[in-house]
Amino acid sequence: MTTAQTPPPSAPSRRPGEIAIEALIVLAGASTVIIVALIFIFLLREGINTFLDIPLRQLFGERWYPIEGYYGLLPLLVGTALVTVGAVIIAVPLGIVAAIYLGEIAPTWLREILKPLIEILAGIPSIVLGFLGWVALAPIIQNLGAPTGLTAFTGSLLLAYMSLPTIISISEDALYAVPKEYRDGSLAIGATQWQTIWRVVLPAARSGLVIAVMLGIGRVIGETMAVLLVTGNAANIPAFGPGMFFSPVRTMTATIAAEMGEVAQGSLHYNVLFGIGLILFLITFTVNWLAARLVGVNGARRSRGGLL
Amino acid sequence: MSRQQTQRLAVIAITAVAVLVFVPVLAVILYLIISGIGAINWEFLTAMPSNGMKEGGIMPAILGTLILTFGTAIVSMPVSILAAIYLAEYAKDNRLTRTIRMAIVNLAGIPSIVYGLFGLGAFVLAAQFGTSILAGALTLGIMTMPVVISTAEEAINAVPQQFRTVSQSLGATKWQTIRHQVLPHALPGILTGMILGLSRAAGETAPILFTVAAFYVPTLPSSIFDQTMALPYHLYVISTQVPGMPLSIQYGTALVLLMITLTLTLLATGVRTSVRRRRDW
Repeated sequence: MTTAQTPPPSAPSRRPGEIAIEALIVLAGASTVIIVALIFIFLLREGINTFLDIPLRQLFGERWYPIEGYYGLLPLLVGTALVTVGAVIIAVPLGIVAAIYLGEIAPTWLREILKPLIEILAGIPSIVLGFLGWVALAPIIQNLGAPTGLTAFTGSLLLAYMSLPTIISISEDALYAVPKEYRDGSLAIGATQWQTIWRVVLPAARSGLVIAVMLGIGRVIGETMAVLLVTGNAANIPAFGPGMFFSPVRTMTATIAAEMGEVAQGSLHYNVLFGIGLILFLITFTVNWLAARLVGVNGARRSRGGLL
Repeated sequence: MSRQQTQRLAVIAITAVAVLVFVPVLAVILYLIISGIGAINWEFLTAMPSNGMKEGGIMPAILGTLILTFGTAIVSMPVSILAAIYLAEYAKDNRLTRTIRMAIVNLAGIPSIVYGLFGLGAFVLAAQFGTSILAGALTLGIMTMPVVISTAEEAINAVPQQFRTVSQSLGATKWQTIRHQVLPHALPGILTGMILGLSRAAGETAPILFTVAAFYVPTLPSSIFDQTMALPYHLYVISTQVPGMPLSIQYGTALVLLMITLTLTLLATGVRTSVRRRRDW
């Protein structure tokens, strides 16, 4: 918010200490831009060899086998895509409907209990959820008939719940922003509550809901520890079909986490892991930039506010 | 089907989905408490690990997480609060301000593992801090900046404009007004953001994987250039890298970590609620 005002004619003169602190304040504001630039520069510096030294045909090949010099990113891209698509399919309906429940249906006393529960879910460390997925959820999935419990679907299920706080809170804000007059007008001409929600409230909140979904996707793509534990970490491309969600996969994030500890600094493998980081950075940058373009940067920022 | 029947059906379906969302969350927390509580006793919390971490306690990991969280606060808080003051009180509607806001949105979206890569490249290697508490705290500190800035700015904006007008009409300078009128009233809100940010930092694994975390250190850290164990990484290690690890220790470690982050989260929401109740403007 801008609160810049023209000072009154007799504005008190500032002391040197104030000039110094105000310079610090401007610097602190600008530091955020500097940090984003530094992150980009360091990823580029350590990762650029990925795109210079490896022929593109090989880089987007189907074999990820660094020990023998195969750096095909396709299995990792497919792994990330499968886990993300699965998580979105689960999380988007759950999240938006839960937001409708909180905003339109739940009695006030229940809302007061459920909203902190969402913050608690947001506060569970991903490694704790990953651990529970590994020791408790994976055996359940395996009992359902999958050859192994460590699959893309297991990861999707965990990531869906991890992205729910983001999706629910932003969707709820979007629903809350729909003027009460819209609902009153609709109910007054005889529509039921459900007709009002479906025909009036949801269409009016559409752009906010789109943001909720996009930021939820951003959260899912970047998640590391949970997928590292539960997706099986097999760098291969499952055969196309519904069964692919129940195959072990390996995501880009998990690859960085699993392999960075073992590579020699400055080796090509090391460069490629940074290159994957660069790709992730560019993906999330684009998602956030698009979301900000859609609602304006203030909306995107505000809605992420307390829940990250 | 009549409209009323559709209405009733819709409410039932929506409620059912809400149950599907909220019940598993409660179930997971209860399950972890029931499975982990048995392992937790005084020795578990205060002893060094022994016998290849299969016995003894997890004290160094708990201590490491507390040190890292404290370091994160030192790195992140001053600059984040100043940046929030800039955005709330000084920023004009110009290109710089829009760029800063865009940068904050982007910082919030960067995956934690990418922060880890950045910390490795910038602090561990380029700045030659090595794998150290310093490198880890810097990485986590930068990662928590967006959430602290956002909540702090919101808290500052919530202070009524009249407070500023009155202060300045009494002859206070802009900074004096901010320092003595705005910040004291915004403090609880800023505190909420700080604690929320720290609760996220305390639970993060990916940013500390390559910047600070040690598999096992027999002694406690003595300087900020030392490595340290940390709870999230310790949980990762004992659940995947150590064969024959007793499940009870794994559940116990997960529960201790969850308790630390949940305490911080609940503290933050508690501060916020009590402030909203007491607010007298």
